[in-house]
Amino acid sequence: MTIVSVTLMINGEERTTEIRYADILLTVLREKFGLTGSKPGCLNGDCGACTVHVNGKPMKSCLMLAIEAVGEDITTIEGLKGTPIQQAFIQHFAFQCGYCTPGFIMNCQALIQAYPDAGDKVIKEWLESNICRCTSYEEIEAAVKSVLRSEA
Amino acid sequence: MEIIGKSVIRREALDKVRGRAVYTSDDTSSSVLHAKIVTSTFAHANIIAVDVEKASAVPGVLAVITGEQLPLTGEEIRDRRPLAADKVRYYGEAVALLVADNPHTAAKAAALVHVEYEPLPVVHSPTDAIRKDAPLIHENVDEYEREEGADPITFTNINNYTKIRKGNIEAGWRESEVTVEASVSIPPSDHAAMETRAATAEIMENGEIHITSSSQAPFMIKRLLSTYFDIDVGKIIVNTPFVGGGYGGKASVQQEILAYLAAKAVDGRKVKLEYSREQDLTTAPCHVGLDATIKLGSTKEGCLKAAEIVYLFDSGAYSDKAVHLSRAGAVDCTGPYDIEHIWCDSYSVYTNHPYPAPYRGFAHSEVLFAFERAMNMLAEKLEIDPLEFRLKNAILPGHTTPTQVVLNRSTVGDLPECLRRLKKMIHWDGGKPTRINERTVRVKGISCAWKNSTIPPDSISGAILTFNEDGSINLISGVVEIGTATKTVLAQILAEKLQMDVGNIHVKMTVDTQTTPEHWKTVASRGTLMAGRAVLAAADDAIVQLKNAAACVLRVSKDDLVVANSRVFVREEPERGLDFKEIAYGYQYPNGNAVGGQIIGRGTYIQRNMTHLDKETGAGRPGPEWAVSAQCIEIELDQRDFTYKVVRAVCVLDAGRVLNEKAAWGQVTGAMSMGLAFAGRETFVFDEKGRMMNPQLRTYRPMHYKENPRYLVDFVETPHLEAPYGARGVGEQGLLGVPAALANALSVAAGTALNRLPLTPETIWRAKAKEEASNR
Amino acid sequence: MIPFDFDYFNPETVQEAYHLYHSLTEAGREPVYFSGGTEIITLGRIHQLYTDAVIDLKGIPECRTAQLDDEHLYLGAALPLTAVEEARLFPLLMKNVKEIADHTAREKVTLGGNICGNIFYREAVLPFLLSDSSFVIAGKDGLKVQSIHDVFEEHIQLAPGEFLVQTITEKNFLTAPHVNIKRKRQWDTGYPVVTVAAAIVGRRLRIGISGLCPFPFRSYEVEAALNEPALSPEQKAELAISHMPAPILNDSEASAEYRLFVLKNTLTDILVAFEGMGRR
Repeated sequence: MTIVSVTLMINGEERTTEIRYADILLTVLREKFGLTGSKPGCLNGDCGACTVHVNGKPMKSCLMLAIEAVGEDITTIEGLKGTPIQQAFIQHFAFQCGYCTPGFIMNCQALIQAYPDAGDKVIKEWLESNICRCTSYEEIEAAVKSVLRSEA
Repeated sequence: MEIIGKSVIRREALDKVRGRAVYTSDDTSSSVLHAKIVTSTFAHANIIAVDVEKASAVPGVLAVITGEQLPLTGEEIRDRRPLAADKVRYYGEAVALLVADNPHTAAKAAALVHVEYEPLPVVHSPTDAIRKDAPLIHENVDEYEREEGADPITFTNINNYTKIRKGNIEAGWRESEVTVEASVSIPPSDHAAMETRAATAEIMENGEIHITSSSQAPFMIKRLLSTYFDIDVGKIIVNTPFVGGGYGGKASVQQEILAYLAAKAVDGRKVKLEYSREQDLTTAPCHVGLDATIKLGSTKEGCLKAAEIVYLFDSGAYSDKAVHLSRAGAVDCTGPYDIEHIWCDSYSVYTNHPYPAPYRGFAHSEVLFAFERAMNMLAEKLEIDPLEFRLKNAILPGHTTPTQVVLNRSTVGDLPECLRRLKKMIHWDGGKPTRINERTVRVKGISCAWKNSTIPPDSISGAILTFNEDGSINLISGVVEIGTATKTVLAQILAEKLQMDVGNIHVKMTVDTQTTPEHWKTVASRGTLMAGRAVLAAADDAIVQLKNAAACVLRVSKDDLVVANSRVFVREEPERGLDFKEIAYGYQYPNGNAVGGQIIGRGTYIQRNMTHLDKETGAGRPGPEWAVSAQCIEIELDQRDFTYKVVRAVCVLDAGRVLNEKAAWGQVTGAMSMGLAFAGRETFVFDEKGRMMNPQLRTYRPMHYKENPRYLVDFVETPHLEAPYGARGVGEQGLLGVPAALANALSVAAGTALNRLPLTPETIWRAKAKEEASNR
Repeated sequence: MIPFDFDYFNPETVQEAYHLYHSLTEAGREPVYFSGGTEIITLGRIHQLYTDAVIDLKGIPECRTAQLDDEHLYLGAALPLTAVEEARLFPLLMKNVKEIADHTAREKVTLGGNICGNIFYREAVLPFLLSDSSFVIAGKDGLKVQSIHDVFEEHIQLAPGEFLVQTITEKNFLTAPHVNIKRKRQWDTGYPVVTVAAAIVGRRLRIGISGLCPFPFRSYEVEAALNEPALSPEQKAELAISHMPAPILNDSEASAEYRLFVLKNTLTDILVAFEGMGRR
């Protein structure tokens, strides 16, 4: 087994740890750094609960090897504080059990940054990437639109 | 102060949006060992040999466990070894369990466990399972140890049988001028909570067993582990952090048993068992399937007279909760209608499918799918408007239920009002198709629903209120926060009762069975009623203590004191009083003397006057109240392709009293959405060998964002007098009528009776093709 | 979580990658090329794929091109599908890839990964089949350009160690009238029951199909049927159905019979739509 030492840039901090090349980013975030806000839901790229940002773009951290993230700028839900989208999720009751929430918020935040004036079509295209089983989709829609409008 | 009804923000909201809310698998400390299960690749087979040699030899593997020596488990019938021995009975069944020092070693070693099987014939449905020549999945179910109330039939695949006999069915048929018969079929599916099942277990040197689990039933874990393994119940301590979605699926006890066995095998060290998504779908308990036949009879004018019903619940490989599900299905075996003559046989039947957990609605959405399809078929035959037909027969105070409970306004609510409001909201058009274009029609389908929660008659809930020295209150209840916001609602109930700022109530979100009073299980929409009543009782207890302390200090009679705004004060002179903070930890006089002590309120609730069902007639009082609703699903069907879109989903329910409006709305629409996905798409697909072909979220697909229709919800408020502020459960209602309403709409649009789920375009195409073939 | 271990290499040139593959193979290793890696990660997790050495192609500049010159469009095989969408250079391909997986996953799934993948839909190949594109293949003699029809038959046909570097598509084709229709089991999510890509080139209809058989294809018999001048759209579709290759998939998405039903309707719709366009 090859163990290598890597330095990752996570939430603006340089973090060094030992990994296997076969380790996915999600596992390293959770097990090595205790950043458990990113959730495992399928480890198959299907549910979006593990979504983080890599260079500002949404990324399912179960679909990326940790080694691929070296030299990239990674943001996890723990790196997001006091953003309008987080506040909007609270105000609009956009979650119930909360398990999908970090991933959903990361995806919404990436969308807001990429397309501050996104309309329904783009919102739908982006948000199909995450599953909310409690199904607060209506409320999530209201939350994301409230931020898009106010930033547009 | 009006706190009841307000959309108070859920107390854990900030943690949830910051990724700080902790769930079971978030325990990532490096001292934790990792368990992995090896699962069956056959649906039904004898186990010839389990070779664990290679797996055991992998460096880092600490233990490999197999099933032979393990006790039989199961909630009402002990028919299941935690790890299969001798025989596997469903695809995905746990066969062996490994413990390793990291997850990838455990996974690697799991693949090296070699199991030799001898395949057996597979039973694919409950209908097949009751055929005379069906292979027996359990050789003799009668030999298993069981709880009173479970009623298997010797040398059959039937593990429970419940009879409902109300009135005289022969007389019912004599009085019936028009009859229909409907056969329906629902395959098993899943809860698919976003958090897969997980548990950790650790055995301390003093023998205490510490379990942490993604569970809706921490107190049941404690009780069952104690029973199965003969451990003192007080030595088992179960913790539940936040739970990432339950919907009933996490009310069964499975992974906790395995985690315990794993910890035991490694000298009690802490072990974590996380199910992969594939295991969560195949191995863990599923959503029950049902085959049903409904015969309905009415007068020419549409007055229902007789219902003759057979329910075959798909128990899968083991009985566990299926026994109870089949009983609950019998209790509310009809829709919410006044029917004089009812005859129902409800069976729980073994098959080679996964075995079921409870699922939002606990057998009701399945039963209602069958019954409400029959209602529409009868309305069609009678040429009566299906809504007027339902209104005419709607269950009312004074009527009796299938188990012969006489209803009143408090226990049954107001179904006619639900129907009337629905009619107005949806601009009811009689359910006739409206043509949109050459190929597309738009149709509204409706359904009614009701539900009683058939939980054990002696189910309990407790609450503790501990006061802080600043006068704020800690609220401790055994309800698990699975997403329903019940703990926030409990804080609202308490704030309303004490007339204080809800912000000064701190809610303990986690449960640990050693310090938290029991709440039977966080299921069945019982949180608000049972835990709410316990909180009210605890508040009363605290009020007595507050008043006693204040009466002493203020030298007044406690009868002259009032509690509000975190103060105890004299009714006539509100300025004369004491703040909570002055007495919460005892009162200290200026000279240093102190009296009283910490205010600690305690309250309990136990169900009142519930009874078991009579074995011959089913008569009995199964639960305190019924909740009722009327629903509409409006669809547009492409009559060439049989593709359709759901335009809107509407639910009018009698909520008794809405306690937190936005949270209630979310519960209702979330339930409707689950119902739509369940009815429209979700099903396990098994091949001819009984292997599940879609055990991932890319093949087993819950609803996604862009598929979500528009929702309309309206609340009727007929108080349930026994419940806090009159509230009825709202977590399940939204789902109950959806499958039937969808099928009723699509049946009109497609011009053929659609009585099988899921209602995919292919299902509709098949039904059409079958009908055309039979017409030829 | 991948249960086995592998080494990881990220070469910077085509030659380096190719040589790595060979030296690893000679050393008895089982290397695989990796661009998005989504299949390697997800299939590896469930023991359906094994490797002990991963060669990541993302760092090779040729594999990341998206460039249009006077005559041709060049797209790198390691481009994420979202990059293909955002480049807006190839409208049919853009529509086609938008239907693959979901938006976030497409940030990772690459063009080459989809075309060369194990998961048999490989829908992104359809636009290239329809446009008679060429593939740039890295091999022992460096880069070679081959017609797609010589290197893609059900799946990519490469010698050990060869890999797809780029696609080359004639600029003329990019503006051809086209449609891409993905029909799913239910509503808007999931694998296809069938995906049909179609384009009109020189007044002839070209059709590529994925999800019907356990491989994507473009069939000249099917196209001949669909271009039969004397027939109505329904008749053409009917005739085309009789020329479909075997086997027709029968799985948890759809039965074989239903797939053909859906395909026939989809083909009819496409024919009607193009006839309408032709008349204008």
